[in-house]
Amino acid sequence: MPGGEQLPILPVAVLLTAAVLAPIVGLVAPRATWGLAVLGGGVAAVTALAGALRVVAHGPQRYAVGGWPPPWGIEVVLDPLSAFTAAVVTGVTAVTLLTSGPAVLATGDARAPTFYALALLAEGGLVGLVVSGDLFNVFVFLELAAIASYALVASGGGPALAAAFRYLLLGTVGASFYLLGVGLLYAATGTLNMADLAARLADAARPLVAGGAAFVLVGLAIKMALFPLHAWLPEAYTHAPAPVAALLAPVATKAAAYALARVLLEVLRPEAPPVGALLTAAGSAAILVGGLQALRQTDGRRLLAYSSVSQLGYVALGLGLGTPVALVGAYLQVLAHAVAKAALFVAAGAVAARGGGVRVGALDRAMPRTAACAVAAGLSMVGVPPTGGFFAKWYLLQGALEAAQPLVAAVVLGGSLLAAGYVYRFTERLWVGTATPTAGDPEAPACVLAGLVALAVAVVGVGLGNAVIVERLLLPAARGAAGG
Amino acid sequence: MTASPLPALALAPAALAVALIPLSRRRPALREAWSVLAALAQTGLVAALVPAALAGAPLRAEGLALVPGVPLAFAGDALGVLFALVASALWAATTVYSIGYTRALADPAQTRYFACFALCLLATVGLALAANFLTFLLCFELLTVATYPLVVHTGTAEAHRAGRIYLVYTLGGGAALLAAVVGTATLAGRLDFVPGGILRPDAASVPVLRGLVLLAVLGCGVKAALVPLHTWLPVAMVAPTPVSALLHAVAVVKAGVFGLARVAGFVVGPETLAALGADTALAGVAAATVVLGSLAALAQDNLKRLLAFSTISHLSYVVLGVALGTPGAGAGALLHLASHAVLKITLFFCAGALHVTAHVERVSELDGVGRRMPLTMGAFALSGFLLAGLPPGAAFVSKWRLLEGAATASAWAAVGALLLSGLLNLAYVAPIVVRAFGAPASGPRREAPLTLLLPLLATAAAGLLLGLAPDGPVPLLGLAVTAAGAAWGR
Repeated sequence: MPGGEQLPILPVAVLLTAAVLAPIVGLVAPRATWGLAVLGGGVAAVTALAGALRVVAHGPQRYAVGGWPPPWGIEVVLDPLSAFTAAVVTGVTAVTLLTSGPAVLATGDARAPTFYALALLAEGGLVGLVVSGDLFNVFVFLELAAIASYALVASGGGPALAAAFRYLLLGTVGASFYLLGVGLLYAATGTLNMADLAARLADAARPLVAGGAAFVLVGLAIKMALFPLHAWLPEAYTHAPAPVAALLAPVATKAAAYALARVLLEVLRPEAPPVGALLTAAGSAAILVGGLQALRQTDGRRLLAYSSVSQLGYVALGLGLGTPVALVGAYLQVLAHAVAKAALFVAAGAVAARGGGVRVGALDRAMPRTAACAVAAGLSMVGVPPTGGFFAKWYLLQGALEAAQPLVAAVVLGGSLLAAGYVYRFTERLWVGTATPTAGDPEAPACVLAGLVALAVAVVGVGLGNAVIVERLLLPAARGAAGG
Repeated sequence: MTASPLPALALAPAALAVALIPLSRRRPALREAWSVLAALAQTGLVAALVPAALAGAPLRAEGLALVPGVPLAFAGDALGVLFALVASALWAATTVYSIGYTRALADPAQTRYFACFALCLLATVGLALAANFLTFLLCFELLTVATYPLVVHTGTAEAHRAGRIYLVYTLGGGAALLAAVVGTATLAGRLDFVPGGILRPDAASVPVLRGLVLLAVLGCGVKAALVPLHTWLPVAMVAPTPVSALLHAVAVVKAGVFGLARVAGFVVGPETLAALGADTALAGVAAATVVLGSLAALAQDNLKRLLAFSTISHLSYVVLGVALGTPGAGAGALLHLASHAVLKITLFFCAGALHVTAHVERVSELDGVGRRMPLTMGAFALSGFLLAGLPPGAAFVSKWRLLEGAATASAWAAVGALLLSGLLNLAYVAPIVVRAFGAPASGPRREAPLTLLLPLLATAAAGLLLGLAPDGPVPLLGLAVTAAGAAWGR
């Protein structure tokens, strides 16, 4: 492919360019910004996918921004893990950008350009942090994404303002922790480039490294809403406008989880073991507490938000176990949950568009197609085969049993049963009771349905095709990280 | 093993039906035609697997890898073909019956009903022909999910409650089975079904292996309604009668029993099972279930609940034979899987015909109903007595072999449980027949519609024929003997 060497940076460049163009296009044709966002998101997804295919075919791709070689310049790295995560983030976001149109345009012409500029900025930040090969750039992109996200959540007004403020406070604490940790690591090693830092760690002063690692990991744990540092998430995704929740909830925490995995497993490898046990414990607690909280909710979106806390626990649990097969499970869970949660939040948005809120059970037979897609996504959350969620849990379970940790295995299964409970609550009105009468056809608009169907197909496709993804991308990534 | 696409093709008719039924929702005749055609095609394709299965050289089809090293694979060995054949043939009968039943009751959600039914049969045949434990698990869980809408089909509060209980039990069982499958993969390093098993007794410490077997038995035991995991089954009788007939007497519950046979004969293996003492434990649970199920059936007034408790008892006949693990008892047990299916589905068909035509659901309301519906109740009486094990019925042949196998193995407690259950079986069937034919007719003579009557007469005849010629037109006995010989005859 011509320009193949620029592939690592291309998705970020496309998204940030589109973000800058959005307000300009908005001056002339505010409604066209939706089209611009879909185009930008689509091109970013295609280039990220091309990058992933190139990594599969030719191995890791490195790109020195501005031609400055590392460790002095900024390095962008596409290896199996970053290529995979970038493809997940851009792919899912391309669909949620498509489905956001009707709801965003309904808020008025004045707001659409701002919304899409912020959305593209947030996505650009997330993808940028994924492909960064340097700890400071991770911080820059993390904050870029975070600031855009605070503004997006706050755009809901009313209770969303309070939620956004809480999100901002905790997010800033997380970012500060991270930056402080990076500073300590820099003091200890004199470099910010990840690969370089990993190589120099052996000779560095241990207290500085340990302190730096602790700050970095706690900061990222806040960003990925890892229990018990998850307090910002349920509020933010309950009160955010429906398209914002659908855009951010599936991917924002995943990018932070990616950064955590990267730093933990590749940069700080020698320091990892005690942290691993802690991470597994936190993940297990997240699975159980998040699941139980989700079961208690009466608001459908809050239920979904708490289920995110639970499902992210699986990622942390797999990272903590740290064996290749457990890491594969964690990475596949990132993909499976991103796809399924996107579908569920989009469906919740479609329900909200009917008016009357998203109470548990608001999804009923009046919207059969939306409901069918939501059920498919829900089955993935539970881990019913052959969905992606099932296979993610399969690898995690295998990792737990291989590590001779039956309690962890029991948590994986228990979380699955809790998920069955809250997914059941979310969808039970489909089976019993009757449709709520609404004026006109309450079914979601065509573009929303198209996105939902794409996500539902992906839910099953990820499951049936998981062996290919695992063998080509995730297992190489996990083997590299686990040092095997 | 011979590579051939045939075992995978056998899944195609049901898969096509699942897709075509919703597309034909505005044309009920066409929609039902898909179900009938799919059932017949499926039966034919499965029947085509019989010769290779009997010859001990099953056909095998492999698809994409599910996880690295474990493909989606289907094979037509004797055990799988036996179950798939029974399920497919009875699906054909049930579809005809369902048409009459749903139309007679003017059911509002027939498309969903028939689509879910096809999905259930896809899953059933899939798990019957699954060539490895992961493919089996996949279909087993699909069956759980696809059955739920059918259990809650009537939409009443009672159905809702039954559905929740059903999900709690079966999803819990599914989680246990998943743990067992992953555990097997971890310990044995493979997941394919091999006659005699893949888990060596020295694969892990005894407590670990015991835990694994316990998880597998719990996982399958929920669907097989082993006491004390049986509570969901009588409650699920709130479903429409064809659902109770095919799913709760044949497909779903037999999937559990079949799974136990697979686990005992092809995953854990009789040698490891015996080394762990798990065979005795399983036989004990099964024998208890045989007796307790029959006793509970005696106490029921609701006809469908009575049949459900009878099913619980008869399912454990099969489990008992599997646990004994001798070729003779195994063959009897596997044949009983077929005998009970044919006889019990007839009894359920009759119960449904009574519900639709005479609007009676309780044993106490059956006075004189035999004089009003002589054909229906005649079929009921015939199948009821044959199920109790009277010659020359299907259950006589299977029970005889089971008893013989148990006696050869000197399992006298098992022999006692089987004989006692036979007597109890007579004790809950005979009063129904006496009431139905002994009392004067309670209303005008009116048989069920033909769409209900023909399937139930056909299955009743099959129950008798299977006893007269167990290897006749369909070599069910041959399949059972081959399967048991493969699993336990070494």
